[in-house]
Amino acid sequence: MDIREFTQDNFENEVLKADKPVIVDFFATWCGPCKMQSPIIDEIAGERSDLIVGKVDVDENQDLAVKYGVMSIPTILVLKNGEVKKTFTGLTSKEDILGAI
Amino acid sequence: MYDLIVIGGGPAGISAAIYAKRANLNVLVLYTMESQLLKAHKIDNYYGFVNGISGQELYNNGIGQAQNLGVHLVNEEVTDIAGGDGEFVVKTFTNEYQAKSVVIATGNKKIKPDIKGIDEYEGRGISYCAICDGFFYRNKKIAVIGNGRYAISEANDLKNIAAEITILTNGEKMAEDSGYIVKTAKISEISGDDGRVSKVIFEDNTELPVDGIFIAIGQAGGGDFAKKLGILMENGNIQTDENMETNIKGIYVCGNLAGGLLQVNKAAYEGAVAGLAAVKYVKSSK
Repeated sequence: MDIREFTQDNFENEVLKADKPVIVDFFATWCGPCKMQSPIIDEIAGERSDLIVGKVDVDENQDLAVKYGVMSIPTILVLKNGEVKKTFTGLTSKEDILGAI
Repeated sequence: MYDLIVIGGGPAGISAAIYAKRANLNVLVLYTMESQLLKAHKIDNYYGFVNGISGQELYNNGIGQAQNLGVHLVNEEVTDIAGGDGEFVVKTFTNEYQAKSVVIATGNKKIKPDIKGIDEYEGRGISYCAICDGFFYRNKKIAVIGNGRYAISEANDLKNIAAEITILTNGEKMAEDSGYIVKTAKISEISGDDGRVSKVIFEDNTELPVDGIFIAIGQAGGGDFAKKLGILMENGNIQTDENMETNIKGIYVCGNLAGGLLQVNKAAYEGAVAGLAAVKYVKSSK
């Protein structure tokens, strides 16, 4: 599956109304640990067609960051049926993320 | 630009520097005379010293040996590492140095203080990286927990963003004048509202309302750099492969910071492995 780009405009349809578990990576282009998180997220997206995986650029989607209480990046949310089931902050391994599914 | 910058002047760091220097790399060691080794009164279990040797003497010998081999040694405290892809910037309180590879051998300093509320509010007002998370605290009230140049350096990264910055030393003495408001009272608890940090409560029953708290205790160590760079850690230990390389190409970790046996033998061995791996990395990217 391709990695998706979530924004304030598509978040409701693509994340909250999704029929599969969703992994959301809140990142910024200038954040060191986010650059290391990115390939891990890409790898999950490539391997798991049973999940929806995408990223939110906090610079361009500050309202989303505020709404989900993101105060540290990277922050990764695991959502099911529109609800946040797990939140990780800081660089997080693939095993830890998939363990929350 | 240096081929290799080693952070730390203990047995792991100096061994890495020596092996890299002898393979013709241009090597800089940044060190601060703070090493677990200096606390060892006498070492009787290290190879080759008939009557043992004091930690202080072994440490000084290592520094001298590296100097004699032509390693460049500078006594400066590193506060940040940035960059990637074979072009790293190592920042000290007063200077910036560039290198193609970095060996981190800063010992196993604890990065997290024992304060009630730290774990609960991590990522919800508590941060370990001013450069990464300052963005979320525009015009907000911020505290930096720490008492040295590392805390000052983090405060400097936040000063143009935050409305107000207070350095909290948590009972320690501030190492030097910083120009920031400093509160030295011991912290009893970090407390929150609605799932995020809202105030710091001190043992003297005073309180400081804050929106965010940045942790920067003592001198910056490997764990602090890991949080800023995105080096993978597990249970507080930095993860490395068999060449002591981290998940970031060109960054190596060795000695007590890498976990396991806290012994000079093991630190020197891992330093050698990291130094040689850095040599291979630098030569292959030329």
